[in-house]
Amino acid sequence: MSLTETLPVPALAAPAATPRLAQALAGLRSRVWRGALALILPLAVLALWHAATLNGWVAQQILPAPALVWTTLLDLWHSGELWTNLAISLTRVAWGFSAALVIGLALGVAMGLSKTAEAYLYPSFKAISEVPVLGWIPLLIMLVGIGEAMKILVIAKAAAVPITINTQQGIRNIPQPYLEVARVYRFNPRQLWLKVIFPSTLPSLFNGFRYGLTNAWLSLVTVELLASSEGIGYQMVWGRQLFQLDVVMACMLVIGLVGLAIDLFLQITETRLLRWRRAAF
Amino acid sequence: MTYPIPETDPVLVRDEVPSDKHVQPPALWRWLSQRDWRGFALPLAVLALWWAVTRFGLANTQVLAPPEAVLVEGLHQIFNGGFVWDLLASVSRDLAGFTLGGLAGFALGTLLGTSRLAELLVAPSFNAVKQIALFAWIPMISVWFGMGEPAKVVFIALAAFYPVAINTFEGIRSVNRDYAEVARVYGFGRLQLWRRVILPAASPQIFTGLHLALIYAWLATIGAEYFLKSGYGVGNSMIDGREHFNMGSVLFGLVVVGSIGALLNQFAVRLEHRALKWRNRAA
Repeated sequence: MSLTETLPVPALAAPAATPRLAQALAGLRSRVWRGALALILPLAVLALWHAATLNGWVAQQILPAPALVWTTLLDLWHSGELWTNLAISLTRVAWGFSAALVIGLALGVAMGLSKTAEAYLYPSFKAISEVPVLGWIPLLIMLVGIGEAMKILVIAKAAAVPITINTQQGIRNIPQPYLEVARVYRFNPRQLWLKVIFPSTLPSLFNGFRYGLTNAWLSLVTVELLASSEGIGYQMVWGRQLFQLDVVMACMLVIGLVGLAIDLFLQITETRLLRWRRAAF
Repeated sequence: MTYPIPETDPVLVRDEVPSDKHVQPPALWRWLSQRDWRGFALPLAVLALWWAVTRFGLANTQVLAPPEAVLVEGLHQIFNGGFVWDLLASVSRDLAGFTLGGLAGFALGTLLGTSRLAELLVAPSFNAVKQIALFAWIPMISVWFGMGEPAKVVFIALAAFYPVAINTFEGIRSVNRDYAEVARVYGFGRLQLWRRVILPAASPQIFTGLHLALIYAWLATIGAEYFLKSGYGVGNSMIDGREHFNMGSVLFGLVVVGSIGALLNQFAVRLEHRALKWRNRAA
């Protein structure tokens, strides 16, 4: 420790400059190399796919040409059809997820703070969450019809389960000493919530949001495939019914991209939100 | 200096005197009184409300069947209906898909875990394809494999494939380098290295993957039966029930779906516990 500190700084810094550059170059090279390797498989699949459709190895009805899928995607994009449907789908996710946030946070906080609330609510919660969303869909269709309410309920259920569990766990797992320190400092309830409970449950809360939002998107696709007359999932069903597989594949691509976007969004928000935690180390 | 030892300890004696007044309550009563019954309050309230709503005609009983009708329908399904066949069909299809998908996932996970080159080649594509929501594959699968049994099994296998592949890969990657070096020192062969070092060290995570796969596979089974409507299955019976406004059938199916899911989950937990018992011995 002290040895490195007493070393003359310039003597170290000067020769370090070139290795660092070399290192950066090497890093770049390995990155390019990695990217190139990663592209081999998709390009090979694409080439094979193209060849298969070009030479008629498989019927167009079963596997549309990659170029056709691409033009269909562009068509859907330019005609606005894609945007209208995507907007409808995303609105549903937003409503469902918001409802799940309210329900999940309320339930999670109640069950996390009070043993009594847990004793009354947890068994029912557990029973409801044990049945997957898919199992609830037929019942919900019977009870509230096939409209918007059913879809939002389905999405809300899918998202509320992880949010509730993670909120409850987060509150339960607050280290006891934190609360004791707060008591010693005579924090008022507001301070207790803002300075102790909320920050120390934040990582767990975020975990819940993350699973919740992912679940919401997945169940949206499911419910739109099953019972819908608009939205990106419906567009896919429609394409399937007309045997326009190019539409189906374009929709799959869009669904994958939205999934990816949600994932990236969550990652970025998480590092932003939890930055203060990392700063400590 | 020695103390005289009293012949009988008065405190002990008092405790050990069998008193006729403190007869042990019967086991059933003890069990009943020790259980926490508060969790039943909410379901009972919902049940009462449901009964009242249907009893006093506050809702259309065509749509909202009364609770007793649901119970009757459930019993009818169990004893007279095709429930057993539906259940058998669903579970066997679930296990077939799980086995196929699990094996494929294990193979891919092993390949990616052991070979850096394979990881660089395949992992990015795998992660990209994984982003497509599982159910979005249904339309394509129905075109490629039809609406019958093969399509369903393929879909279930796909659901089981992802978690097993990911967790096997991560499990193998996280095996400590030192273990492999010790094995090399002992002159382990390739097979020995796998059997004695890598698989045991990676097994907790592989089991996590299998556990997740079991849950996803069951979910996919129900989904496959909803979308690819042909043949028997719990999902088919629920969809039929909805189409015929048979709420009893739908609710009964819901309970079955939940129970089978919970059972599979329990089974996985037990199996995991048993299979990984050896790990606690060393620790």
